[in-house]
Amino acid sequence: MPPRSTPRRPATLTGSVTRRSALLLGRGISSQPGTYVLAIGTSAAFGAFTVAVSRVLGWATDTVVVPALNGDADARGRIWLAGGALALVALSLALSVAGRRVFAGIGVSDQQAMWRRGVTRQYLKLPMSWHRRHPTGQLLSNASSDVEAATNVFNPLPFALGVVVMIAVAAVALFTTDPYLAVAALIVLPLAVLANVVFQRKMSPAVTRAQELRADVADNAHESFEAALLVKSLGTEDREERRFADRTDQLRAANVRVGVVRAYFDPVIDMLPSLGSVLVLMVGVWRASTGAVDTGDVVSAAYLLTLMAVPVRAFGWVLGDLPRALVGQERLARVVDAEGELALGFTPLTRTAQGAALRMTGVGVEVPGPAGPVPILRGVDVDIAPGRVVALVGSTGAGKTTLVSLVPRLSDPTTGRIEVDGTDVRDLAADDLTAQVVLVGQQTFIFEDTVRGNVSLADPGESGAPTDDQVWDALRLARVDGVVCDLPGGLDAPLGERGSNLSGGQRQRLAIARALVRRPRLLILDDATSAVDPRVERDILSGLRSHTDGAGPTVLLVAYRMSSVALADEVLHLEGGRVVDHGTHGELLARDPGYRALATAYEQESERRAEARADALDDEAMAGDER
Amino acid sequence: MSAQERGHTLGDTEQLGVLGTLRRGVQVSPQLVRGIGITLLLAVLAAGGKVVVPIAVQQTIDSGILADGGPDVHRVLWLAAGAVLALVLGGLCSAAVNIRLFRASEAGLAELRVRAFRHVHDLSVLTQNTERRGSLVSRVTSDVDTISLFVQWGGIMLVVSVLQVGVATVLMLVYSWQLAVLVWVCFLPLAVALHPLQKKVNRAYTRVRERVGAMLGAVSESVVGAETIRAYGVQARTQRTIDARVGDTRNAQVRAQNTVSVVFSSGVLVANLVLAVVVVVGTHLGIGGALTAGKLLAFLFLVQLFTGPVQQATEVLNELQNAVAGWRRVLGIIDTPVQVADPGPAGVPSPRGPAEVRLDGVRFAYPSGPTVLHDVDLELPAGRSVAVVGATGSGKTTIAKLVTRLMDPVDGAVRLDGVDLRQIRTEDLRRRVVMVPQEGFLFDATLAENLAYGLRDGAAPDRGALLSALDELGLTGWVNELPAGLDTPVGQRGESLSAGERQLVALARAYLADADLLVLDEATSAVDPATEVRIARALDSLTTGRSTLTIAHRLSTAEAADLVVVVDAGQVVEFGPHEELVADDGVYASMHAAWVAQTR
Repeated sequence: MPPRSTPRRPATLTGSVTRRSALLLGRGISSQPGTYVLAIGTSAAFGAFTVAVSRVLGWATDTVVVPALNGDADARGRIWLAGGALALVALSLALSVAGRRVFAGIGVSDQQAMWRRGVTRQYLKLPMSWHRRHPTGQLLSNASSDVEAATNVFNPLPFALGVVVMIAVAAVALFTTDPYLAVAALIVLPLAVLANVVFQRKMSPAVTRAQELRADVADNAHESFEAALLVKSLGTEDREERRFADRTDQLRAANVRVGVVRAYFDPVIDMLPSLGSVLVLMVGVWRASTGAVDTGDVVSAAYLLTLMAVPVRAFGWVLGDLPRALVGQERLARVVDAEGELALGFTPLTRTAQGAALRMTGVGVEVPGPAGPVPILRGVDVDIAPGRVVALVGSTGAGKTTLVSLVPRLSDPTTGRIEVDGTDVRDLAADDLTAQVVLVGQQTFIFEDTVRGNVSLADPGESGAPTDDQVWDALRLARVDGVVCDLPGGLDAPLGERGSNLSGGQRQRLAIARALVRRPRLLILDDATSAVDPRVERDILSGLRSHTDGAGPTVLLVAYRMSSVALADEVLHLEGGRVVDHGTHGELLARDPGYRALATAYEQESERRAEARADALDDEAMAGDER
Repeated sequence: MSAQERGHTLGDTEQLGVLGTLRRGVQVSPQLVRGIGITLLLAVLAAGGKVVVPIAVQQTIDSGILADGGPDVHRVLWLAAGAVLALVLGGLCSAAVNIRLFRASEAGLAELRVRAFRHVHDLSVLTQNTERRGSLVSRVTSDVDTISLFVQWGGIMLVVSVLQVGVATVLMLVYSWQLAVLVWVCFLPLAVALHPLQKKVNRAYTRVRERVGAMLGAVSESVVGAETIRAYGVQARTQRTIDARVGDTRNAQVRAQNTVSVVFSSGVLVANLVLAVVVVVGTHLGIGGALTAGKLLAFLFLVQLFTGPVQQATEVLNELQNAVAGWRRVLGIIDTPVQVADPGPAGVPSPRGPAEVRLDGVRFAYPSGPTVLHDVDLELPAGRSVAVVGATGSGKTTIAKLVTRLMDPVDGAVRLDGVDLRQIRTEDLRRRVVMVPQEGFLFDATLAENLAYGLRDGAAPDRGALLSALDELGLTGWVNELPAGLDTPVGQRGESLSAGERQLVALARAYLADADLLVLDEATSAVDPATEVRIARALDSLTTGRSTLTIAHRLSTAEAADLVVVVDAGQVVEFGPHEELVADDGVYASMHAAWVAQTR
């Protein structure tokens, strides 16, 4: 959570529900002290003015209305005074209401902004392994609905605190008038508060359940619509409809359940102040008959009760929102308190004209599985000299992507070391590493930004931001300049949602331009050219060398296509998380049977088919002969 | 916009006003108005309960405290008993109204939701693709939720408020028509101002929603693009964008809340000023003998019944407008015509058996786009494997979509065993013709459940059948290496598996669906060559006697097919067996030569 003191205080709350609730409210208020002083102050004023309205009415009844109607001439003279006094209180009341709402709103909005900045900082800081464990939908709802759940309780909070003041002032005013009348008026308040609390306690699990089911229905719809093409091609619309109707019906039942709770409590909560007013009238008549109170006192007390009908609900709102707030806060705290960000290194990586050297020693990666850790990579040793182009080849699921993602530190290995120019990547300054070692992934992520923004990944004018000429150079090298020229606006053309206005190959080439504009010394292409024409791919790679006067970057490329592999100086063959062989394409073909099977799969298949066809022809011929 | 183009976009039913939307909405979900007469009657009785206290005040004062001859305690006791009874009865009626409204509205909305959901699936792929997925989802989720929440909070409040104000007015008229008119005259300016104020509030919240949308867009980039952001070290820039959007959202929220606060407190001000006016004017009237003290004081309580509705009115009207807008959007889906319609029971049955497909003079163009297929005639014989090859954008995928009837041709016809696809019952068609799309979508479930997804009747996956199918496809080894075999959860959209593995699952799923014609769209582009060849070989022997149509990206697939269709610029330029086409020295021969060069 942003204003973070050192040592960092965990956002996670511990202890009993009451303690956690108190901590939640206390921390929220103390995070915006100025705002809450104003919010609670205006709310307290609102409480006092509400009592004042009823007192002025009582006073007007006794000194103006009743005597005037009884023919008192003095009282007639005071009519305008009464009107003026009421108008003045009305204005003060309205101002205090406005103040309360404005400041309460600011408090909630500021807290929401604070949480959103806090969680997104973590999203950017925590490692990929953390991201893989957390579904996208969950992280998005952290920043939206969980933030709202955690903070909504602060909307009625100043109001509720003001009501405490209101009740205190009312009690004092009533007791100074007449203790019997005071008891008659106040006795219903605890009942009303109690009814509200019970109501909210009943209500909030029902609302939470409905909320969960709403999310469930949304997930179901989302998944089903994403699968629309599959559903159509397999003709499973009926099944999808049944599945959705089933969830929808559960949601309907839950919503009705919420409604039924409301249906019973609403009238009760409405009725209590009314019953209180009737009680006040009865007691009032008795006290008036003894001469202990005047008509105005009775009217004032009864009127106060009708005024308090809504405010006492504020307690219910706060108490009702608290369980949800605790759940929301807990989810946010889990993100904010998450550890595991990769430790930062500080050793600078010197930029030279040459490519970078890459060495891996004994690299192993394990991921947690149901039956203990599962190894993905085991004892991988790799040594790549500066400027070499190396292809990483292996079958689907061999661990290629995991291996290359260790170099720019998308995650760190479980065992072993990865060195760039002789320094462990964990010790290198992050900025230097990402500036000189660039990985282009299988899937291209396009930001909702212009072409320029997507290539430079910097704001114009930012220090170190590439110039437009440099961006065009990179686009040209990646053979995508023509595409950009054709876009309306060129570099300023906005790229739509996830780059939907580009084809797969164009997106990949744009991603390569994004890498090249940084003039990387080690370029890692993880199957990043699968949708690019082989000839274009060759042009791109050879362009890299000529562009840098022969001293091209070191390139590590993961590829399936033999045309891509052919561009490499040497080949690493990875199977089952181990390097099984290393050498030139020719050497591996000669001595590595697994590699040979992979490299010549199509060729052999063609031959096999040709033979099968020949056999079939022979069979036919033979069958013909026999006939 | 041409008529055809309009047909492919979702309707917004924008021409419907509030009443039109209500009418159409009730037509779609008649549950909404079931028993509405009794509900309204009960609501009137419930509203009657609201004026018990003002009447009690008037009675207590006029015939109790200020009665001639001193307070009549006995009479007040009877009065109080009557008041309590009336309050309880009113409360019971009010509970009954609430329950009836919730039951009816939720039943109606559930119906609406399911119908809209189904309709989205029934729409053609073209219509589906014109909308962002998220916006389709929101029509069956948040749009309906908005209506539901409105009914639960604002709707009830609206009904109660209108009746409450009505009943209060009647009682005021009984006590003093002059004061009643005065109260109305005082509240009228506020009521008149409500509409523009509500528009202002609405605009403010529209702005908030836009800002929240932009903010969530930025946040989602930090999550979905996590890898890219790390690989390029652009955390600081991403955070700056997010922070700016968070700040914008905060400011828009505060501005909207301030507007609402002003409106709300004006309501408080007017209500309390009315109190002052009633005291002043009422006392003058009382002196003239037109009003007793009790009646005048009862007025103060009656004015209270106006305050709540006036204060809540802008918010309720806002919610109402949002709910109607949401309702309109949902109805818009239901009212969007289905372009690729199922002939239903009236259609021609299509019995199982070897499938033969013919394209007769087929032309296809995307709405308002150029023609992508020109006058294509093609015959795909039963039981043979056919590969379609061609450059990107040549129209080869379009052929696959027409054959599976994801789209209908603009001119000409696609026939299955001689029958126009448009006349075949969709159920039969989907049973006989199954397509494996390029991006194999997986559900967030286990591998077994995903494999069994295409099986009819939603039967529980028979593990034996699944395993033997995997075995036939040569995938047993792969499955055994997965953490929990068939029970391995594949994650959201199957993301726990690699792209290649997802394609394997999609393929096995389609194979299990046991169709007469299998259409594969570059379905193995992300698996390694050895695996691809292995699967191709397995499919080959397993689809013997069945028809397959493969959109080939790699020419190894074309080599393996019985027949090859070469598409170029929307026309079939070559057609025949691989060997013949290679020997012919045409387009295919040069494509093949280039491919051989890049693989060896």
